[in-house]
Amino acid sequence: MNSAIEQVGTPNAAADVDVIVSIRDLNVFYGKFHAVGNVSFDVPKNQITALIGPSGCGKSTVLRCINRMNDLIPEARVEGRIEYHETDINSSNVDPVEVRRHVGMVFQKPNPFPKSIYENISWGAQINGHKGNYDELVERCLRQAALWDEVKDKLQESGLALSGGQQQRLCIARTLAINPDVILMDEPCSALDPISTLRIEDLMRELERQYTIVIVTHNMQQAARVSDQTVFFSLGENRMGVLVEASQTRQLFTNPNDQRTEDYITGRFG
Amino acid sequence: MGPSGDTIPANREHEFGEIPGSATGRGIAPITALGGRAPVNLDLSGHKSRGMQERIVGVLLWICGALSLLTTAGIIFVLFQQAFVFFQQIPITDFLFGTTWTALFKTPLYGVLPLVSGTLMITLIAMLVAIPLGLMSAIYLSEYAPNRAREILKPALELLAGIPTIVYGFFAVTFIRPDILVKIFPGIGPFSALSAGVAVGILTIPLVASLSEDSMRAVPRALREGGYALGATKLEVSWQIVVPAAISGIIASFILAMSRAVGETMIVALAAGSKAQLTGNPLEPMQTMTGFIVQAFSGDMVVGTPPYLSLFAVGLLLFFITLALNLISQKVVGRFREAYE
Ligand SMILES: Nc1ncnc2c1ncn2[C@@H]1O[C@H](COP(=O)(O)OP(=O)(O)O)[C@@H](O)[C@H]1O
Ligand SMILES: [Mg+2]
Repeated sequence: MNSAIEQVGTPNAAADVDVIVSIRDLNVFYGKFHAVGNVSFDVPKNQITALIGPSGCGKSTVLRCINRMNDLIPEARVEGRIEYHETDINSSNVDPVEVRRHVGMVFQKPNPFPKSIYENISWGAQINGHKGNYDELVERCLRQAALWDEVKDKLQESGLALSGGQQQRLCIARTLAINPDVILMDEPCSALDPISTLRIEDLMRELERQYTIVIVTHNMQQAARVSDQTVFFSLGENRMGVLVEASQTRQLFTNPNDQRTEDYITGRFG
Repeated sequence: MGPSGDTIPANREHEFGEIPGSATGRGIAPITALGGRAPVNLDLSGHKSRGMQERIVGVLLWICGALSLLTTAGIIFVLFQQAFVFFQQIPITDFLFGTTWTALFKTPLYGVLPLVSGTLMITLIAMLVAIPLGLMSAIYLSEYAPNRAREILKPALELLAGIPTIVYGFFAVTFIRPDILVKIFPGIGPFSALSAGVAVGILTIPLVASLSEDSMRAVPRALREGGYALGATKLEVSWQIVVPAAISGIIASFILAMSRAVGETMIVALAAGSKAQLTGNPLEPMQTMTGFIVQAFSGDMVVGTPPYLSLFAVGLLLFFITLALNLISQKVVGRFREAYE
């Protein structure tokens, strides 16, 4: 078996790629449960990195380490280095609030605030001390999230009144409003219908030029459609999530290095 | 997904009925339970006595429900009836708009405004104490307290609500006034709206805290995470996401506390004094509607006389005020409730 560590670097071997987030020997525990073991991979700048693997293998857990969301779970413990622009975000002098202002997140279930569409977007900017014109900001973010035309006449209505797909785009727009570097997306389309899903995928490709995206998906076609790099996780001993392979998406899907990857993408589980 | 229930030919139902937990199997479960599994001679009629038991229990419960409803109706009826007799002797406008209340004096006047203003003043003071402290406790308990602390503090808070109000009353007279209020307001007398109001406020803190905390805890975790993911601090998430999302329950808790304060009796009887006066100065003694009722009952009264009947008029007014507050609270809850999902 190839170990995870040996796989690292392969996708980023090309010299023209900047690494924006670099994960080394990441271990996560929930109480005594060792949920993720020795995960290492790099996230290239201005690309889409997909995390795939069977359910429960720790994809969300790894993703939530990148913006220190696991700090909110009292029993979670994170070990290892996560470098964001060469700063270890887990070191004691780093404020998780500051990390999250650079690394935004979109969740599996759309979670707009029970505020107006306008406020859903302006709120994040406001707490981040945005000084510019708020009307312009709201319009720009909604346009970027391909939602403007649908909501421009009802900006004062509640964000909860939108459809699921619109809510998810609103959540993407509100993340754009804090002007992050990296956007984490945890199965952003799993609660959406196929048309909304395609719109969000188009949106991701659009955003890739300006942002770096890490997306968790259980949908392999989606990973193949949108991502540049794919990281495949699997369940190891004691239900611990391990990284099996991290490669260029095309390579991972056509010519995987690891037998387990091949079994998974061809539908032979276990 | 298999074929849907309606498309399965009747004679094949039993085959699908065997698939445990499949979508098809669940969809047509009521049919398969009889058509597929039941032996021909299965007796489903149950024990004969069970039907009888159920009926008796049903009747008993109905009687209990009816009884409590009847009691309420009876109380309201008596209030109305006696108040009606009162208003035949004293014009209702004199009662509602008069500014002097001397019901137990030799030359009585029945202007209820001093009692109403006393009630409102004490309620206002109580809310100025209970709303900030109660809300802050709720935010602490819901957002900041570690699980262990909450497990101890929440029941302790609810225990506080179980202390007899008379204890708060003499607490106000023997501690709040001499040890705290006198130091801030040297002019305060032995009895005042302020010391009663502060004590009523302390009494209602647990109510505000507990109900507000419940509604804040009901705010989905996903909303908080959405806030944190935008780089919000805990304070920003608590105040700007959780509190607004829970606002219907929070406002309802304020109104319930208010209605509790309006009806509070023992504390005001002990600490507010018994001087019905129309004044805006909280350092003065005041009498509330409930305070008057207590005072009237502790003196001599002749049944059927205007002073006696005035009790019912005051009681009726009190009933309307609390009823209005409760209706407002229901409206508020319905108005602000956000539908999640
Ligand atoms: N808050 C938590 N407390 C305890 N265990 C958790 C928690 N969150 C996730 N886990 C466990 O960690 C493992 C990985 O979960 P997760 O990262 O959500 O997987 P995935 O996103 O790949 O489905 C699972 O076994 C899950 O049960
Ligand atoms: Mg997940």
